[in-house]
Amino acid sequence: MSVTSPTPAGRVRKDTTEGGASARRRRRRTTGLDRAVVAVMVGVPTALVILLVWLPAFGSVLLGFARWEGIGGLDTIQWIGLENYRNIFTIYPPFYPALQNNLIWLLFIFFVPTLLGIFLAVLLDRELRGGRLYQTAFFLPVVLSLALTGFIWQLLYSRDQGLVNAIAGTEIDWYGNPDVNLWAILVATGWKHVGYVMLLYLAGLKAVDPSLREAAAMDGSGEVSTFFRIILPVMAPINIIVLVVTFIDSLRAFDIVWVVNKGRNGLELIAALVTQNVVGEASRIGFGSALATIMLLISSLFVAVYLKVVMGGRK
Amino acid sequence: MSTASTEVAPGPTGAAQSAATARKRRMTPARIALHVFLAVMALGWLFPLLWAVFNSFRDYAYTAEHGYASFGGFTLANYANAWERGNFTHHFVNSVLITAPAVLLTLFLSACVAFVLTRFSFKLNLTLLGVFLAANLLPPQSLLIPIYRIFRLAPLPMWMSDSGTLLNSYWALILVNTAVQTGFCTFVLSNYMKTLPHELYESAEVDGATVVRQFWQLTLPLCRPPLAALATLQVTWIYNEFFWATVLLQSGDKFPITSALNNLKGQFFVDYNLLSAGSVLVALPPIIIFFVLQKQFVSGLTLGATKG
Repeated sequence: MSVTSPTPAGRVRKDTTEGGASARRRRRRTTGLDRAVVAVMVGVPTALVILLVWLPAFGSVLLGFARWEGIGGLDTIQWIGLENYRNIFTIYPPFYPALQNNLIWLLFIFFVPTLLGIFLAVLLDRELRGGRLYQTAFFLPVVLSLALTGFIWQLLYSRDQGLVNAIAGTEIDWYGNPDVNLWAILVATGWKHVGYVMLLYLAGLKAVDPSLREAAAMDGSGEVSTFFRIILPVMAPINIIVLVVTFIDSLRAFDIVWVVNKGRNGLELIAALVTQNVVGEASRIGFGSALATIMLLISSLFVAVYLKVVMGGRK
Repeated sequence: MSTASTEVAPGPTGAAQSAATARKRRMTPARIALHVFLAVMALGWLFPLLWAVFNSFRDYAYTAEHGYASFGGFTLANYANAWERGNFTHHFVNSVLITAPAVLLTLFLSACVAFVLTRFSFKLNLTLLGVFLAANLLPPQSLLIPIYRIFRLAPLPMWMSDSGTLLNSYWALILVNTAVQTGFCTFVLSNYMKTLPHELYESAEVDGATVVRQFWQLTLPLCRPPLAALATLQVTWIYNEFFWATVLLQSGDKFPITSALNNLKGQFFVDYNLLSAGSVLVALPPIIIFFVLQKQFVSGLTLGATKG
């Protein structure tokens, strides 16, 4: 898409979506200067996003078919077809653990914190004394970074000095032991996720037409059945957004495993593998790009669903 | 917008009314159980933070001897130590140098795009919005390699970056954060601008106002509520941003505070009290922002998700 294409000369006209607008449509005197201004206003941000998001995304796909150590010019790139992908799926040991961990991540975050967040939103969506206090408590972790979350939970998880071991009388290195560290990290991540889902859902619930509930109550429908039969279907767009956000966040998960151990030893995640292949000791550009492309493919599915939902009502 | 703001800040009348209805309602056993459940959950949720605050005020020697499940040994020294050993002044300044320009640039650029997209209609409108919004959702790791290579090749004069390239400079982070966040802000702003009455522009046009004047003197002032909400949200997000800062800045002295916390982890042993103090210091800015601007914060989040 070229920079100027969104503003075909002379086709700049008023939005005519309002009723009877075509009748009122006067010929707008767009000066050349106005047109130039409009072109710059759209062109500069578009160029930035294309240059720093879309071109790199495309570049990752392209480099996924290459072998390149990253030293020397672009002419040292060897094109090797699907070999990187073959290697990833056959002889790259951390790949399947990473895939499995991402999947566990997704399932856990969906079935525990996401559902808990929805449950809390439903509980808080009524006149309740101190309701705002509860909301604030649940929401507070959301404003912290996931990296910081990792640090805060370290104080609970430490082998020698952590509170969890002190209470349980165990001596588990919760962040270090590959049998448990994924779960320890998921609890910390979930701690942050609950408040976010609660907030989105609460906003959605407030927007539900109260007469729907009244009608259901008149019919003698109980609270639980009203929720599942009436409220949940009305909330379909929010449900899908919450779902997609959960999926995308699970795929992008990175910060907390990186601060704990750079995504090794039980904490392999695809995002960490990509990063290791680029900034680590070995700079394997093509191989890392192939991994990045796999991420891109998975995420584009969810991005498409998200766009369809949030932009569906437009036009 | 209205749904979110009524929820977060009930006006004086709303509060009085709900208090009245609550008083009228009898405290049934179910209601008591609900309160107990919520109170226990809320305390559980606050606990990790409170634990960090509690131990940040305690002497390491004391907790080493008596264990953490004890009471006493209070001191302020951890804060002074953390500030000094972690070089916090320097890293907080780095965070400001990255966050402030990135947020201003993001808001300005997305306001520009949103204005044109809602003010004028052409075929590519929806596509363009999709291009921006999707950019916000792609996993950043999938863009890493090309961005890393491009930035390494892009020269910058020494007065702008002492590395001589875009890589390992604040500019890299400002640009990347702006590019990624513009999508979300454009979406929220264009949703808001769509609600402004069109007659506004018609009268401005009759007066012969240029596009620039319409944007600057008409649209932007009317968009103060969503801009405030987005500014609050973006300051928090970019301050919290970890991935790009970690991979695009190689020298530790350029790290913003979020990525610099690792400095407090000793090579061989970890002083958890010191680390707690550091964590509390890093957590303070977003927590203060949240408490002061709660309404903006919440409406920004729900604005993006519930409309459209």
